[in-house]
Amino acid sequence: MSETLKVPTMAEMMAAGKTPEVLFWVGCSGSFDDRAKKITKAFVRILNKAGVEFAVLGTEESCTGDPAKRAGNEFLFQMQAMTNIEVLNAYEVKKIVTACPHCFNTIKNEYPSLGGSYEVVHHTQFLKSLLDDGRLTIEGGKFKGKRITFHDPCYLGRANDVYEAPRELIKKLDAELVEMKNCRKKGLCCGAGGAQMFKEAEEGKKEVNIERTEQALDTKPDVVAAGCPFCNTMLTDGVKGKEKEGEVEVLDVAELIANAQDL
Amino acid sequence: MTLIPQLIFALILAFGIGFFVRNVKKLSRNIKLGKEINRTDRPGERWRNMALIALGQQKMVVRPIAGLLHIIVYIGFVIINIEVLEIVIDGLFGTHRVFAFMGGLYDVLIGSFEILAFLVVVSVVIFWIRRNIIRLQRFIKPEMKGWPKNDANIILYFEVVLMFLFLLMNATDLQLQSLGAAHYTEAGAFPVSQYLLPLVDGMSQSALFLVERTAWWLHIVGILIFLNYLYYSKHLHILLAFPNTWFAKLQPKGQLDNLEAVTKEVQLMMDPNADPFAAPAEDEVEGEPGKFGASDVMDLNRVQLLNAYTCTECGRCTSECPANQTGKKLSPRKIMMDTRDRLEEVGKNIDANNGVFKEDGKQLLDDYITREELWACTSCNACVEACPVSIDPLSIIMDMRRYLVMEQSAAPVELNNMMSNIENNGAPWPFNQMDRLNWKDE
Repeated sequence: MSETLKVPTMAEMMAAGKTPEVLFWVGCSGSFDDRAKKITKAFVRILNKAGVEFAVLGTEESCTGDPAKRAGNEFLFQMQAMTNIEVLNAYEVKKIVTACPHCFNTIKNEYPSLGGSYEVVHHTQFLKSLLDDGRLTIEGGKFKGKRITFHDPCYLGRANDVYEAPRELIKKLDAELVEMKNCRKKGLCCGAGGAQMFKEAEEGKKEVNIERTEQALDTKPDVVAAGCPFCNTMLTDGVKGKEKEGEVEVLDVAELIANAQDL
Repeated sequence: MTLIPQLIFALILAFGIGFFVRNVKKLSRNIKLGKEINRTDRPGERWRNMALIALGQQKMVVRPIAGLLHIIVYIGFVIINIEVLEIVIDGLFGTHRVFAFMGGLYDVLIGSFEILAFLVVVSVVIFWIRRNIIRLQRFIKPEMKGWPKNDANIILYFEVVLMFLFLLMNATDLQLQSLGAAHYTEAGAFPVSQYLLPLVDGMSQSALFLVERTAWWLHIVGILIFLNYLYYSKHLHILLAFPNTWFAKLQPKGQLDNLEAVTKEVQLMMDPNADPFAAPAEDEVEGEPGKFGASDVMDLNRVQLLNAYTCTECGRCTSECPANQTGKKLSPRKIMMDTRDRLEEVGKNIDANNGVFKEDGKQLLDDYITREELWACTSCNACVEACPVSIDPLSIIMDMRRYLVMEQSAAPVELNNMMSNIENNGAPWPFNQMDRLNWKDE
């Protein structure tokens, strides 16, 4: 498939003597995971359409260190952090947007004391600000009137108290936003945080993602909306496990907006 | 002759308070076994949190039934303790109802104490039913067997008995007042204890006097026993909730601390001008190298240890924990209970060995908290959010993971793979860093 996405790198921008208004931190998932790459592209299409001058680090980007830190490896985390901070500071980055709440949390909260202070926003917050500034219009399209439930990513919600930006975007789709039994501050984890994504779960009677998927399916949704590539994977697996993949879609908020406009 | 009761009272009071002070000192010494941590920044916000969360019970009402009942018992105990002040003055100076001079206001005070006492009894009975008849999930988890279960019930029995003694004391007092007994001047309103009058009806003045005095003495002695029970019980939260909410973390919940010792090493590693063969500076003190993370209570910080003493084992954390909900061994409440149990064990060891800790071959890790529990955590912060007194079980889990990984290299094998991927190619999966932008053209 050859579509023309405009994705300038910081290096190209700098060579051209330009400064982007925001750096898009793609993250490992967004760069390598097949499902998450679709989220990355959807977000880029919206940025292109809204005429946002952004740039990515491309091959100069590296893992923020979040999974290492949460697994207990502070050395590896700080090595990753300081390497990334050197790159970001060299490009004099001021503002960062990312579609991954784990990258968001780490860069926003844990980089400053290591020398990396930036304005960091989650992509739903960024899209909301584009909407508020009139640079982005959201149409319902095929999601008009559909039942959509939003899963709060722990690292966006409880960890950083961002609950409303994704919900306001979903409401703009003229969709019916329905809440799960556990939402906002009481949102139930998808099961992937704290480096669980990379290991088998301990012995128990159920997988966390199945528990959460059941809560989502209880709302009888057409779409389960997520704001995190890991949550997306866990919920997609959950919906498949419940054999509902024909009826219920798991989509990132950016995909909802892009798909509604056939971007 | 008449001075003897006053003397006995003063002795009991001094002993009760003295013993309590002794235990508070022990508690403070145990907490100070932990590492220092600076949690005095932004005092305005800290006072505000204490006022809202501890005093204002803000997070209790997230669960409305338990929250409302708790507020009744809480207000009841705080307000009824004004009565204790009168009892103490009466006991020390041989007066009777020394505040009676307040007249109408005294009637209002005693009347409202009685109503509150009644509401406390009702609430405590409901609490008991929830624990022992309905058996709510969070009260019957594995860590609640034995002492924790008994402790919870003992507290409820204590509260009912204290309230009953208070009401019985008032009922006999009222009867003595109406009989015109000496010393028992008419004072106070008795909206609840008047219904206990049938119990004491027909008793002689001397019998009434005996019952009234017995209830009065048992009430105050009971309160002193309860005060001293706190140190041995989960009920310490009635005092420690206040400092605990004050010292709680103010940063976003998702923010973990960056270990400073590691920062220094990493900076040195990345400094192109660092001399790899440099000998340590002469004035550098050769101490025992610091330990990364925590394997025992002494490796935790003081706020984490205060957290452990503050925990009242309500189990809201555990009932919100995704790992626990899906049947894993992890229970954030157990993390706090284990931390306190181990800290108490260390404290007793120090007491038994003239103030010095004697190695006992045990530690918090493995002897109390298993690795399986630690690795089941998703770091979702549900437990931290759920705690009505701002306890942070997640920080202990993370510090213990740090020990496992950085001191023991004992991460689960899949996590080791993930970490070597990050180390080698800058992503948790085995993809080449040079392919990071390939998605653009796919």
